[in-house]
Amino acid sequence: MNDHLQQLLNYTRREFFQRAGMGVGGAALTALLSDSLGAATPSSNNSMAVQKSHFPPKAKNVIFLHMVGAPSHLDLYDAKPKLQELDGQLVPDKLWEGLRLAFIREQPKLMGSPFAFKQQGEAGIPISELMPHLGSVSDELCMIHSLKTEHFNHAPAQLFFQTGFSRFGRPSLGSWVNYGLGSENSNLPGFVVLITGNVAGAGNSLWGSGFLPSIYQGVEFRSQGDPVLFLSNPKGMTGEDRKRIIDSVNHLNKVQLADVGDPEIATRINQYEMAYRMQSAVPDLMDISDEPKHIHEQYGTQPGKASFANNCLLARRLVERGVRFVQLFDQGWDHHGNLVKSIKNKCKQVDQPIAALIRDLKQRGLLDDTLVVWGAEFGRTPMVQGDRKTPGRDHHKDAYTVWMAGGGVKRGFAYGKTDDIGFNVAENPMHVNDFHATLLHLLGMDHERLTFKFQGLDMRVTGVAGNVVPEIIA
Amino acid sequence: MYGSQVARFAISILSVVLAFNLIPPSISQSAPKTESKPGAAPQIDFKKAIQPIFVKHCQDCHGPDAREGGLRLTNRKNILMRNDSGEPAIVAGKSDASILMHRVSSQDEKEQMPPADTGERLSKQEIQILKQWIDQGAIWPTDSDAPGHWAYTSPVKSPPPTMNGSPQVNNPIDAFVVDQLQRNTKSLSQAPEAEPARLLRRVSLDLIGLPPTTEAVRAFEKNPSPEAYEKIVDSLLKSPRYGEKWARPWLDMARYADSNGFQADQLRKMWLYRDWVINSLNQDLPFDQFSIQQIAGDLLPQPTIDQKIATGFHRCTTCNVEAGVDPEENRVNQIFDRVNTTGLVWLGTTFECAQCHNHKYDPFSQQDYYQIFAFFNNTPLEVKQLGKSVTFDFTGANFSLPLKAKEKKTREELTSQKVAVQKKMKTREKELQKGFPQWEETMLAMLENSEESAKVPAPIQKILRTKTKKRTDKQSKQLTSLQQKQDPSYADLQKEQNRILKELKALEPDTTLVMVEMDQPRMNNIFKRGDFLNKGASVKPQTPDALHPLKTQGQPNRLSFAKWLVAKENPLVARVTVNRWWAQFFGHGIVATLEDFGSQGDAPTHPELLDWLAVDFMEHNWSMKHIHKTIVMSATYQQSSKVTPELLEADPYNQLYTRGPRLRLSAESIRDNALAISGLLSTKMGGPPVYPPQPKGLWRHVGRNAPKYLTSTSEDRYRRGVYVIWRRSAPYPSFTNFDAPDRGACVINRSRTNTPLQALTLLNDPAYIEIAIGLARRLATTEQPANLTDRDRVAYAFRLCLARKPKTEEVNHLTKVFQQELKYFQDHPQAAQKLISAEHRPEGVGASRMAAWLYIANILLNLDETITKG
Repeated sequence: MNDHLQQLLNYTRREFFQRAGMGVGGAALTALLSDSLGAATPSSNNSMAVQKSHFPPKAKNVIFLHMVGAPSHLDLYDAKPKLQELDGQLVPDKLWEGLRLAFIREQPKLMGSPFAFKQQGEAGIPISELMPHLGSVSDELCMIHSLKTEHFNHAPAQLFFQTGFSRFGRPSLGSWVNYGLGSENSNLPGFVVLITGNVAGAGNSLWGSGFLPSIYQGVEFRSQGDPVLFLSNPKGMTGEDRKRIIDSVNHLNKVQLADVGDPEIATRINQYEMAYRMQSAVPDLMDISDEPKHIHEQYGTQPGKASFANNCLLARRLVERGVRFVQLFDQGWDHHGNLVKSIKNKCKQVDQPIAALIRDLKQRGLLDDTLVVWGAEFGRTPMVQGDRKTPGRDHHKDAYTVWMAGGGVKRGFAYGKTDDIGFNVAENPMHVNDFHATLLHLLGMDHERLTFKFQGLDMRVTGVAGNVVPEIIA
Repeated sequence: MYGSQVARFAISILSVVLAFNLIPPSISQSAPKTESKPGAAPQIDFKKAIQPIFVKHCQDCHGPDAREGGLRLTNRKNILMRNDSGEPAIVAGKSDASILMHRVSSQDEKEQMPPADTGERLSKQEIQILKQWIDQGAIWPTDSDAPGHWAYTSPVKSPPPTMNGSPQVNNPIDAFVVDQLQRNTKSLSQAPEAEPARLLRRVSLDLIGLPPTTEAVRAFEKNPSPEAYEKIVDSLLKSPRYGEKWARPWLDMARYADSNGFQADQLRKMWLYRDWVINSLNQDLPFDQFSIQQIAGDLLPQPTIDQKIATGFHRCTTCNVEAGVDPEENRVNQIFDRVNTTGLVWLGTTFECAQCHNHKYDPFSQQDYYQIFAFFNNTPLEVKQLGKSVTFDFTGANFSLPLKAKEKKTREELTSQKVAVQKKMKTREKELQKGFPQWEETMLAMLENSEESAKVPAPIQKILRTKTKKRTDKQSKQLTSLQQKQDPSYADLQKEQNRILKELKALEPDTTLVMVEMDQPRMNNIFKRGDFLNKGASVKPQTPDALHPLKTQGQPNRLSFAKWLVAKENPLVARVTVNRWWAQFFGHGIVATLEDFGSQGDAPTHPELLDWLAVDFMEHNWSMKHIHKTIVMSATYQQSSKVTPELLEADPYNQLYTRGPRLRLSAESIRDNALAISGLLSTKMGGPPVYPPQPKGLWRHVGRNAPKYLTSTSEDRYRRGVYVIWRRSAPYPSFTNFDAPDRGACVINRSRTNTPLQALTLLNDPAYIEIAIGLARRLATTEQPANLTDRDRVAYAFRLCLARKPKTEEVNHLTKVFQQELKYFQDHPQAAQKLISAEHRPEGVGASRMAAWLYIANILLNLDETITKG
């Protein structure tokens, strides 16, 4: 039986190649290939999992920090002295006329930032006093002050930011990237999601695979309960028991494979072996207690606690292990009122660990091929929302700030400008589609060629738009 | 990008040109004469053989939308016309003289067509066919400018072909399939019929989504005659489980869910629609009626309750009610979704592109899109602003199910009881009010006594000590309600009132979302670039020119549109529908792109078969069950699914149907099947969604009034997947792991992946462990027949899970595993007790035996074969 089995397993590989040749999503199948054959054919090289990019990549991995609810760029990064001057005055008529806002209904007043900005580092990038730690690594950052989106409601804007489409049904960035490039780790998923607070408004679809095969969907690693759903064995079942059960399942599956010959069974056998490996690989990864003290101090992490800091450290551990795309969501940035207190509080939670992450990646030589992205679904208005005692800011889609670091972007660089009050883009606008095109470009992919045939169309993350912005590339 | 190609086609090839300038145009453009010489190649059929080549290789640059080099391959006149080079591309009857032949076969990069960076080169076979066609006179049947894509011409039932030899032909499906096989050069043949047990399991899983009982398997093994098989098929088609199974793919397309989607992903009541789908499929409601009722049931004359509920199809659309939403933007998005979904489901057409521009490939313009949009544009807003706030809520037509006469009567009785009690309460309240000063005094007296005062809550004490005039309204009310509570007769009345209110609540009619048409129709415009704020030319409701005409008297509306969709003249609807069903049985469609029958979709592998099924479907009053029966009665379906490496090489994707289907079950079917095997399955039908166990903390989502996941404790825990609550922001996790979509948008075809997360789900999901315990109990306690050995029980377990008789090797293996585990647990009783708590142990079965059976159950439920229809 062994010869026959081997023949079938070999066949599987050939079939995968054939399918890949037929354009059913190249990396899709190479990812499956490594997963399904890595174990069955020990000689097979794990790098087969990795799909060749369209051109040499600048970055291999992505850590994407999404601040759910959308922080105010005007209080963190986009210093506007003129807005300060105009504080308390009505927003000019010509801006107000025909303006659609999510919450504000009456012509509002402008509000300067109550926080001080300081030019930091050699490059002199201004960063608000709210982010002192980030200021200390500002020379690593590539600020984009001119991002524009199309939606001012959370869920549609989140979907647009993560999938390039404001309604449901499209693959998320992380899925696209894994589809395009495959995975470098056969014991962990290629797209991992870490969440602090509640799940963002658009829900699990933000890391879904849309019309791509669901093998590309993000897998949430949870800080409470099973780190990956259904990872732990039932109460009372030991790891050895589990091994015996899987061996038995696979033994019977091999009997079936020899009988009916369906290569799908060979794949299933290998997936059970990978599941078993995940059962030890994931807890190893999630247990940060083996990190040295100075690392915990840098990040502000506490083993066993659910926090954004822990997730930042986990992100580093994930890219270290070759996980392609790590997505962090942090809830609580929707400051319609009580901005001063709330944003201070949120910044305290994220500032130190983000700076630590950048520094740590750099020290380990990982920052060169890891692209760190910080951003949100939109920005906030220069106009005040609510009363002046506990002011807030409304959703703003026409101009806001995101930043990138590492992974082939310029260091200590600022791209794009908003007008004096931070309302519109004044220079070098970058649309979310352009942002996606550039991100893919940094990973060695042409956004016009990363396509998947669906409903008769060659679907892209950028739809029919998107231009790479070469100015930010190092 | 296209610019570079103009020059390429303009390169003239002198020798060819000189020779054929002499052909008089009158000859080349008149209908060609075809010569039929003995031994000549058979007549090439333009539609079947040539047009697909043009569509596949040439259309992007030389199709209806593009005319690179002045060439447009859209009709005979155009292909024979001089193009930009000054010469015609094709000279009828003379392939050697046709530039087109030269260009498609050229190896010169500057000349070759399609250009290297544009499209796929023609195969040798395609070039040969093209050559023959030109030599036969380049016959192009119609001279119209219509695209002539195969899917836009009506299907015709061709007579089933006759074949060589004596293949198994149960019905025309087999004739078409075998004919294709025999025409294949490798002379492949049909596979033998599947073993009875496997066949019975296959057809049962396919038709009702549940496995056959072991008794049914044994009976069929004893008498596996075609008659017995047909009887089984008929009874499966009659089973109420049939509608539950087949509702699932339809509900994927309907994007049915129990929540709104987006940020305020609250639950909505929609399940009456889900039950309508199940019932309609069980009743085999003709597909044309099934469709009309869902699109426009509300507009039928004197619509029935069911016809109104049916319109929930397009109310399943997501709805964004997050704070600060623009209700009109939301409404327009919903209509986009309705138009796009309708195009996918009934026409196999992607309309979406035409939202912003003319369809690049298919004959649908932006105007067509907004003309269809206009049919759907007259329903009310579905988001309402709450007062002047920025908070919004879900609204729109909600249909209440009328109560039964008896319920109505009870309700009336309860209502009058309520009035009576409330009247009594009012009277007593007045009496108490009079006694208030006295009550207050008593209370204040109590406060003097430290022991007594401890009985009065601190906030009340505070109010009592406040002077009457200084008390706020709220404080006064608190005192009054305390006084009332302390009064025994008032308390009794209150209790009575609560009982009545509770009973009344239980009698509240069930509701569901439906479509209603507004009295005043909206204005309809094209939205430039799809932007609802950027209105273009005004349009009226109308169907696309490229398809059959809309027949209607008076103003066309949603109902006339629905009737147009399922008119027999519609070339798409029957094909698209039977093709989707075919894919459910065989894993892929006759047209592989289930959701795209346009020019960019795949050509049918068996065009005559597709058309035969489509026409047969319409001839049999659009009966779904008729088509399903025809499919499962075919020898093609009943073949063994075993495959050899040679067969995989020759027919890797089973597109020639050289074997029976072997496919992993859908997410819901995997669970349903496991529940049935374990004996836990509840067959209770319909009603509000159920909440089977899922890990804690999955419903944690930004947004107000987050609903709670209250795990079902009754038999609801074990009901079929189609009834499981579907919250879009966090669908049931084991379903997601097995490729269930989020139901945020129409899904025609789920992916079918094979991942480690699936392994973890079946191995460890507490819901599956519960099912495994159920199976273990069944294995440990079955007494049919009596005096079973452990080995017999293992064999029985295989039968339960796989229907077939296990191989000796398989029983040996699992019996050995059982004995080893049993010994281990007997040596370690505590381990067994930890694994399986006392409540799960049936009487007379020790913990160690149950633990060992649990391991066997866990193994069996994880087998590839258990989760596969094969």
